[in-house]
Amino acid sequence: MRIEIEIERSCPGEGQAARFQSFHVEVPRHATVLDTLMAVKNQEDGSVTFRRSCRSAICGSCAMRINGRSGLACDTQVEGELRRHGKLRIQPLAHMPVVRDLAVEIDPFWARVRAVQPWVERPREAEPSWPVEQETRMPQSAAEEMDDTSKCIMCMSCFSACEVAEVDTRFLGPAALAKAYRFVADPRDTNTQNRLATLNGGGGYWDCTRCNQCVEACPKDVKPMEAIVHLRREAIRAGFTGTIGSRHITDFLSIVRQEGRLNEGRMPMQMKGFNPFKLLPVLPLAWRMWRKGKLPLPWHWPIPGVSQVRRIMDRKGGARRKSFVVGKGDLK
Amino acid sequence: MSFKYAYYTGCAAKGVCPELHQSTLAVARALGIELVELKSASCCGAGVIGELEYETQLAMNARNLALAERMGTDMLTVCGTCQGVLSRANHDLKGDDLRGRINEVISDSGGPYGGTIQPKHLLWVLIQDYGIKRLEERIKNPLTGLRVGPFYGCYILRPSEYLGFDDPYNPKSLEQVIRALGAQPVDYSGRTKCCGFPIVLEQESSAMRMVGTNLLEAMDKGADCLVTPCPLCHMNLDIYQGRAEKEMDRKIGLPILHLPQLVGLALGIEPRELGLEKNMVDTGRLLELASRGGVRV
Repeated sequence: MRIEIEIERSCPGEGQAARFQSFHVEVPRHATVLDTLMAVKNQEDGSVTFRRSCRSAICGSCAMRINGRSGLACDTQVEGELRRHGKLRIQPLAHMPVVRDLAVEIDPFWARVRAVQPWVERPREAEPSWPVEQETRMPQSAAEEMDDTSKCIMCMSCFSACEVAEVDTRFLGPAALAKAYRFVADPRDTNTQNRLATLNGGGGYWDCTRCNQCVEACPKDVKPMEAIVHLRREAIRAGFTGTIGSRHITDFLSIVRQEGRLNEGRMPMQMKGFNPFKLLPVLPLAWRMWRKGKLPLPWHWPIPGVSQVRRIMDRKGGARRKSFVVGKGDLK
Repeated sequence: MSFKYAYYTGCAAKGVCPELHQSTLAVARALGIELVELKSASCCGAGVIGELEYETQLAMNARNLALAERMGTDMLTVCGTCQGVLSRANHDLKGDDLRGRINEVISDSGGPYGGTIQPKHLLWVLIQDYGIKRLEERIKNPLTGLRVGPFYGCYILRPSEYLGFDDPYNPKSLEQVIRALGAQPVDYSGRTKCCGFPIVLEQESSAMRMVGTNLLEAMDKGADCLVTPCPLCHMNLDIYQGRAEKEMDRKIGLPILHLPQLVGLALGIEPRELGLEKNMVDTGRLLELASRGGVRV
């Protein structure tokens, strides 16, 4: 079939700003986007620049934005894209500077991965009596726990799809944080507390907005956002409960346990510790909401059947919860 | 044909967005959809409880779904976030092993859940069950000339593995409804993006840049208002719009409507009955524009 492909072309180093260029090429019906790009390069314009290697969704080189979706060119078929969008428009990955056309500067991405220390930390002294061949053994369940994150091929699709990376250059991003969880979940690693402490601040796991763009974009089903959520869980369990992010979770649980549903009127008050000075900045907004009839009272009647909800919540994790939800007075 | 659903309000419609509950009831009445409110349903956990205790959240939702199942009807939701969480829970509870284990937990607390019903967002119900054609027949006040930007929100689209109603990269359902109401959908890339609400307390300036970027893009593409099926998106886009204006250093003033508010206007329901005066961003000019048939003066 003869198709049109629009490619975003630029060369910032030579002062060429981004512009779309259309090519018409003949490709087989089952052609992938990468096949099409190769056809353009071989038949139309040899200067069209992109990365590619394995052509089998293993190496992760050919990630790009295809009709706005970040993914691998080699495992995306042209026919499906045309059916879905009626066009084929290719752009470089987002949130990284372009080198030329579809090739982006990958150092900013790798700097983030390196920042999470992507290796097992285990001093030899930790198990001096163990023979070397036993040192690397782990239970099957532990291997399964980190299985999703081990599948990452570092293609950067998730980072390009990440909505927080778009507005916050400090954010480590989905792939690096998923990698961090891979080592937090690794029973051989002895550095868990440090890892969780380092990522507890700005740029770390609390900055994710849980938009699921990375889960949707990942070609290897790594589910980076779920790994980020697991990091949050591990952080709270390990006692890192002072951040707004962790308070949001534990206070949410505690309000729902008390009233059966969330009370948005109480959430900011509870999180800021009923401190009038800390609450001062939210007062003008609260006042405007009250005038519009939108401000919920800080306490309302529990839903009918709240005792059932409390029973369920206490059966699932009630005992463990007592250890980190402290000072709320509403847990048995 | 009769339409009856177990109505799951979610927390926001009963708290910070009373206008969503109000407009849902008004629209259901006008369309002849019978809603039986699940008054004893709990919060869905919003994915927040699930961050720490996934099975607690799952058990709470097994109870919620069981309440609807006992009524013998599907569940109707009006919150994209609730829909995402309930769709995922229902997907997970299809497995006999896990459902059995969760049913043990809720056996004396609202259970068991047989896994026989579907949670459906109002948006899906309008298209899948009620039908666009039937909706068009009920339009008394077509919103001719109004340019409406759809804002889907994350959880009604992603992960598509659990939701599966719309293409997460090129959804069409809101556009279908907007067209049925006589209005014109605005195409902009922000329509499938995140509103930033989950990090508004943690990283307010990031969240406000998300709000600002999406709203300004929609405005620049000519939107007169946005419509969203998620009250949490509504909160961030509407209640926090003033802060987003400060973050972006630009006046925005774009009205944000809940899905049933927009549908209600086209059905000829009074704006007050739809709670439009409760929206933080003034909807007066939008209503004027709608009453002039979209003619700009």
